[in-house]
Amino acid sequence: MTLLLHELKRNKLSLAIWSAIIAFMLSVTVIIYPEMSSEMESISDMMANMGAFSDAFGMDKLNFGEFIGYFGVECGNVLGLGGAFFAAIVGVSALAKEEKEHTAEFLLTHPVTRTSIVLQKLASVYLQIIALNAVVVAAVSLSIIVIGEEVPVKTISLLLLAYFLLQIEIASITFGISAFLKNGGFAVGLGISVLFYFMNIIANLTEDAEFLKYITPFGYTEGGDIVSNSAINGKYLAIGMAFAAAAIIAGFAKYRKKDIS
Amino acid sequence: MYAIKTEKLTKYYGKHRGITDVDLSVEMGDFFGFIGPNGAGKSTAIRTLLGLISASSGKAEVLGIDVNKNTTEILKNVGYLPSDTEFYSGMRVKDIISFSARLRRKDCKKEADELCERFDLDPSRKVDELSLGNRKKVGIVCALQHKPSLYVLDEPTSGLDPLIQREFYSVLKERNEDGATVFLSSHILPEIGRYCKHAAIIREGRILACDSVEKLGNTGVKRVTLRGFCGELGLLHVKDVKRENDTVNFLYGGEPSSLLKELSNLEFKDINITDPDLEEIFMHYYVKEEEK
Repeated sequence: MTLLLHELKRNKLSLAIWSAIIAFMLSVTVIIYPEMSSEMESISDMMANMGAFSDAFGMDKLNFGEFIGYFGVECGNVLGLGGAFFAAIVGVSALAKEEKEHTAEFLLTHPVTRTSIVLQKLASVYLQIIALNAVVVAAVSLSIIVIGEEVPVKTISLLLLAYFLLQIEIASITFGISAFLKNGGFAVGLGISVLFYFMNIIANLTEDAEFLKYITPFGYTEGGDIVSNSAINGKYLAIGMAFAAAAIIAGFAKYRKKDIS
Repeated sequence: MYAIKTEKLTKYYGKHRGITDVDLSVEMGDFFGFIGPNGAGKSTAIRTLLGLISASSGKAEVLGIDVNKNTTEILKNVGYLPSDTEFYSGMRVKDIISFSARLRRKDCKKEADELCERFDLDPSRKVDELSLGNRKKVGIVCALQHKPSLYVLDEPTSGLDPLIQREFYSVLKERNEDGATVFLSSHILPEIGRYCKHAAIIREGRILACDSVEKLGNTGVKRVTLRGFCGELGLLHVKDVKRENDTVNFLYGGEPSSLLKELSNLEFKDINITDPDLEEIFMHYYVKEEEK
């Protein structure tokens, strides 16, 4: 518990900044919707005629004329990418940062088992993601109330849940990787997020690459699929969570035996 | 029960040597010095004892507990000071000290305050602003505040000024007199000679000698200084010859009677024959090993 609180305290500024930026941008997106809604029909037509471009970003399955279609795309851009970057940075820093900053020796020469260190650090990563998403949910809910738009609560909740799970998966994978790193891994974390993002774009562009949806967590956050099916794709999600679990187990196994130099 | 006991403890980093076949026995209540130059394997041995790195082979026990089996139990009773003291940036000294105590689930406030006062350490300062010496003091307070039964100190005095060094050793002596074991690594030989009861000399990962500091000094070698001497020495068993103007001094490793016989053939104004200091003993073991 001591280490968990220490981690949360050390990361509170970065968490506050990321949460504020993502929540602010999503709120702005929601608040400007009434002004944009009059032009949405023409934007929707334009999107429909953009072929591969709209396919790539999953906009072919969404109706921009409706709030949920508009929100599905914007949420993907802001919370999808922003949340993925945040999760990757928090995850990859958790264990590797101690070695990069040479504080691992201090920590590991106290009577705390490595198992406990991994669990407390992992709990801190998840709690930060929960906190960020709580702020985002509050900001989005407030913004929707402000604009007075009638919205499908279930679909919006599913979208937000999907992005929350995406962050959990990316944080878990980068957390597992961080056990193998010695020098921080900031670039590795961001690189993995970008890689997953582009995997989904490629999978949207060609049927031959659709298998990539099984690998990237952006596969189950596809706004078009969630809006049209009113559900998160269970197959993609289950595989994603299996990746997350495997990464944590691998990271845990590595860290227990790792030489701290 | 030994405070530290290792048998053929070996650690390789891939193909690179860390330590090889290290046998150490440190008794409870001892004040033990671990001597060797940088890169000799002192820190590797210490890190293996504390479970930071795992041995490639061999056995190690600290306070009677196998280091591979229950490191946490060992660490409860150990105060460790690393050679490079690094802390979490942005934190204040008092927060680091209190974090260390909380990780040990102990209230060490009173002891920590006393130590800060003795070492003239300002607890309200941020660790990032501290000099190397002051950072070392923070490490010392963290290692000492919970009054462990074993102190493992890696190059403890580097960066400390002489007054604080003296205060530090006086605290260690008090703790040692109260029954605690002190195991410290150093390449500063006079401090080992002054404070330690036993010592081990390590070179290139191997223990060259391990005994009481007194016995380690009985090498059979004498430091001889001749003043007013200008000729050629021409003696056997002579090492480390140093000349300055008309003074020559050297280490003599032969029989004392032979030394006297040979010296009687030389002309000089004054002579001084002493036991070598720890630094010279250290060199003696190093030279001896090189000659093998």
